[in-house]
Amino acid sequence: MNIVVLVKQVPDSGADRNLRNDDNTVDRGSANNVINEMDEYAIEEALKIKEAHGGEVTILTMGPDRATESIRKALSMGPDKAVHVLDDALHGSCAVATSKVLAAALGQLNADLVICGAESTDGRVQVMPHMIAERLGVAALTGARKLTVDGATLTVERQTEEGYEVVTAATPAVVSVWDTINEPRYPSFKGIMAAKKKPVQTLSLADLGVAADEVGFDGATSAVVEHTKRPPRSGGAKITDEGEGGVKLVEFLATEKFV
Amino acid sequence: MSEVLVVVEATKEFGVKKVTLEMLTLARELGSPSAVVLGGAGAAEALSGKLGEYGAEKIYAAEGDEIDGYLVAPKATVLAELVKRVQPAAVLLASAQEGKEIAARLAVKLDNGILTDVVGLDADGTATQVAFAGSTIVKSKVTKGLPLVTVRPNSVTPAPAAATPAIEQLSVSVTDTDKLATVVERVAEQKGSRPELTEAGVVVSGGRGVGNADNFKLVEELADLLGGAVGASRAAVDSGFYPHQFQVGQTGKTVSPQLYVALGISGAIQHRAGMQTSKTIVAVNKDGEAPIFELADFGVVGDLFKIVPQAAEEIRKRK
Repeated sequence: MNIVVLVKQVPDSGADRNLRNDDNTVDRGSANNVINEMDEYAIEEALKIKEAHGGEVTILTMGPDRATESIRKALSMGPDKAVHVLDDALHGSCAVATSKVLAAALGQLNADLVICGAESTDGRVQVMPHMIAERLGVAALTGARKLTVDGATLTVERQTEEGYEVVTAATPAVVSVWDTINEPRYPSFKGIMAAKKKPVQTLSLADLGVAADEVGFDGATSAVVEHTKRPPRSGGAKITDEGEGGVKLVEFLATEKFV
Repeated sequence: MSEVLVVVEATKEFGVKKVTLEMLTLARELGSPSAVVLGGAGAAEALSGKLGEYGAEKIYAAEGDEIDGYLVAPKATVLAELVKRVQPAAVLLASAQEGKEIAARLAVKLDNGILTDVVGLDADGTATQVAFAGSTIVKSKVTKGLPLVTVRPNSVTPAPAAATPAIEQLSVSVTDTDKLATVVERVAEQKGSRPELTEAGVVVSGGRGVGNADNFKLVEELADLLGGAVGASRAAVDSGFYPHQFQVGQTGKTVSPQLYVALGISGAIQHRAGMQTSKTIVAVNKDGEAPIFELADFGVVGDLFKIVPQAAEEIRKRK
């Protein structure tokens, strides 16, 4: 099975994250940039399918030069190769334009199965899998906590607010996964060394047949007008329980009219 | 006045979800609210009372297995046709998994901008969003097409405004491509009659400090006494204390209730990301240095196995 995993480089969600003041895009210059956590689960799932059914795993990333670090990190887990969509004109692209670019790249890769994280930790927008599936005219099985492959038939348990749904489709398809689906492996030393030699193909917008004015700020379908930092919360009263902690807690809740 | 389409979120168990009432309230500021019911047969009829109560002037319905038996795509196709026909002032969906997914497909079909996690929307289409785990407030606009926004639960206080909507059944013309992902089964795992986590006015969450799955009864008891939902930190979920769909945090649900009670939760950034926009935060933790106290309006340092039962008893006394 030819599997493509979408990987996004994001600013570390454990550190302070900001939008840039000059153009309102995510500040990647000052942040510690890492693989979107949910994508590691997507990579793991792809590798498990390859191990069970054979095939090839390709990483697909759209991002600036520095995204190379994340591509190598992804490859060190075990995928065979990577494609990096890299073009200065992409800076400032909205989700709709991003899906156009990724769909164009996927069109060249002939994937049976596209796997990605259910959302990224920076935008948490959760729209990409369905946008891509809509453009490619293939099935989208999203929010999976379990994926079963039986020949060309995919079955997922899709996590919902109320429980789960069992959803099935034939390949080609896009599957997005939550972090409940598996436990991603750590790259081995051998994996890290091997990753340095794995092929990474770079594709520009011209290679994909996408015009520069369809992406970036020119092609954006939405815009950030302004942004402000919310003042950090400050702690209030803190007491140490000396036998009346529960009662004091309820007294506080009563003053706030919750009891 | 232009119509504003509100795509209804509802469940079989609870009926119309609160976020739908919030969207109808918001829609009234922008135009004339029309509810769009995309679901199983008879859904619109069953929901019409509640939708009318909150100001839906009209209800569009597309129902049946053609809509409900497949994942998301048929709903987007029907909605896209409706948008092209009525040319609404805006389209509102819930900022939850399915709402975002329908909106995603709609955005591509119409080549239209999309804004998610919206907590406020002005008449000129300027949306307010919260980003980076509630640390940044963003004002943004759709610059191509109509305002297509997903609204985060607990953003607006729902206000009733009686209307008597007529139901218009939409003719369903979904394509074969819309029917590629078949829903075989829907399984409800939500326990009892507690409110849904992202919609609840009160959330009581347990963390690693709760110790084991059995002890989560304490968390549930306090939640029930406060009429709230139960949540869990990632540490608690990873340890198998509580199911994943109740996880609050960066890789779980984002909640923004009136009251958030954190029991045995240290307050790692992973967790804070999902709850720090709560109005009032209360914490119980045995470690007085736990970062959760930096957020808490009221904190008790001590043994939750003593404090929580005592608090439960005190609430019962006051009732």
